[in-house]
Amino acid sequence: MISKDYIITSAEGIHARPATALVKLTKNYKSVISIKKGDKTVKLNSLLNILSLAAKGGETISIIAEGEDETAAMEAIDQFFNEHLKDL
Amino acid sequence: MTISGIGVSPGIAIGKARVIKKQAVALTGTLLLNNEEITIAIEKFDNAVAVSVTEVELMMSNHDASQGSEGLEILEAHIELLGDPQIREDVVEKIKAERKNVNDAVIEVIQAAVEVFKSMDNDYMSARAADIEDIGNRIVKNLTPAIGIDQDYEAGTIIIAVDLAPSDTISMDITKIAGFATQIGGKTSHAAIIAKSRGIPAVLGCGADLQSVEDGDGLILDGQNGSIIINPDGETIKEFEAKRDSWVKELNLLKSLKDTPAKTIDGTEAHLLSNIADAAEMENALEFGAQGSGLFRTEFLFLGRNDFPSEEEQFEFYKAVALKAKGKPVTVRTLDIGGDKQLPYFNFPEEQNPFLGYRAIRLCLDRKDIFITQLKAILRASAFGKLKIMFPMIATVNEIRTAKAILKEAMQELANQGISFDRDIKIGIMIEIPSAAVIADLLAKEVDFFSIGTNDLTQYTLAVDRMNEKIKDLYDPFDPAVLRLIANVIEQGHKANIEVGMCGELAGDPRATLLLLGMGLTEFSMSASSIPVVKSKIIKASLAEARKVYEDVKQMDNSKDITNYLQEKTQ
Repeated sequence: MISKDYIITSAEGIHARPATALVKLTKNYKSVISIKKGDKTVKLNSLLNILSLAAKGGETISIIAEGEDETAAMEAIDQFFNEHLKDL
Repeated sequence: MTISGIGVSPGIAIGKARVIKKQAVALTGTLLLNNEEITIAIEKFDNAVAVSVTEVELMMSNHDASQGSEGLEILEAHIELLGDPQIREDVVEKIKAERKNVNDAVIEVIQAAVEVFKSMDNDYMSARAADIEDIGNRIVKNLTPAIGIDQDYEAGTIIIAVDLAPSDTISMDITKIAGFATQIGGKTSHAAIIAKSRGIPAVLGCGADLQSVEDGDGLILDGQNGSIIINPDGETIKEFEAKRDSWVKELNLLKSLKDTPAKTIDGTEAHLLSNIADAAEMENALEFGAQGSGLFRTEFLFLGRNDFPSEEEQFEFYKAVALKAKGKPVTVRTLDIGGDKQLPYFNFPEEQNPFLGYRAIRLCLDRKDIFITQLKAILRASAFGKLKIMFPMIATVNEIRTAKAILKEAMQELANQGISFDRDIKIGIMIEIPSAAVIADLLAKEVDFFSIGTNDLTQYTLAVDRMNEKIKDLYDPFDPAVLRLIANVIEQGHKANIEVGMCGELAGDPRATLLLLGMGLTEFSMSASSIPVVKSKIIKASLAEARKVYEDVKQMDNSKDITNYLQEKTQ
């Protein structure tokens, strides 16, 4: 299992567009990937669940990946939060 | 009769009302009898989802690229929501455990999700309830055959509805729609986003008053003021037609220029930025095509309160601006109080000459506690965007050295605490005191950029208080003395290979645009609404022509001749 924290760097937070991108990204991996904000943890395969976290710009969330390809999945997640999110 | 609501997309629409009534989805209350029915219900759900996905995909392939990507992204999100595993799990659970029929199960699951989103204390997220409701309605519709919205509109139709779901607005023939009005919704609703991205005037959140509008009523809809006039008389229509025409003209000018680079015909590109005071102004500035902010006045946060804002409060304020700028540069000017800007909670000493006294950087260097708090807040915010730091009222080399030393201290403190910030943040100064303009070559060695503040520079150079009625005519930024100082700052900056910008009023004065370009200035920061006008001057000019203007002005010995000459050139 790998877990990493990210600060959300987009003004609007994880709104519909980045959340959709996250769900799509997750589909490429076999690992179970979850997102945690505060004491709430949900799987990244559900757009509804991700949006219900209402993660805003500047807030910190954690991503937890578990499975055979967790390292690769986390690399993609890393790239998403550090590079792509700002532009979404 | 006039109805008022929230104007979410500016413009005037004059046309006929088309009232949209949607078939309400309703619970039936029927329970399933046996396992066979349960299996069938789940199959029905999966089929309805599949049909819904196909429908949305069809809408995506029919999507007109010229309408922008906003609509497409919404549809993509809808496809994900339709296939959302959480929604399916909840629906299946209701069917299996509670023996609900599939129609009721879907309605209840969607309703529960909608409530969650509606209760969020975040306008954007609560507006997402509309998306969930929309996909829910689509699934329900595909469970049983139903009637959709008819789409046969006359040109100039104004759509009246309780609310407009994203798929409603996307599937409409937008070219025939002159405006939207709804009973519920606000600035972040989908209808608002769509209306804005297509440039269709819209008034949302009109409340129950809107029910008095009937099919075929003549309407005037003002998307700026958020008002709707029902069955207006001929005179009113004429008045608004004139208003609409001038709006369209203005809009076309703005639109045609917004994404146009500010490039002269011989290829010199200028950067046009906006002077701002908070995040809302940053957002607005981008609408005018600003490439960032060349002057973020931080005083706004310090005025109108009872004590100094904390580091945390300042951090949030600067961060909001950094995020709104979406990666574009923002030059944050450190506290510029004193002079004419007093704070009720700070005891300024009585002074003979406040403008020559204890203000801006002078105060900050004296009150290191205030200064370092602000610097730390700015640095922390620099992790969220491209911020630059600018010190106001620098008169000597020693002042900038001291300011830099304090900034270094602030960086060290943050580094020790493990707080992230932009370690390569650019540091610059305002050039607004004649001494600074004269020793620009010396100051250039200390900083990454200059920004010329023409208001104070003019006042100090000519020793004129512009508030003094008797002498205010002396105050003139086109005075040869002021222009020589400006030219020297630009020249010295370029020699030292640092950036030079201007953030005073002169930067937004279209009469000065060619002259400043000719001096070599390429960064202009002004109020957002001035950007299109200044840009229109730049794109019509050549650098050669601008240089000629500067050469001509150099030969003149008084501001009157200069302004007359520039006036002529500007026409």
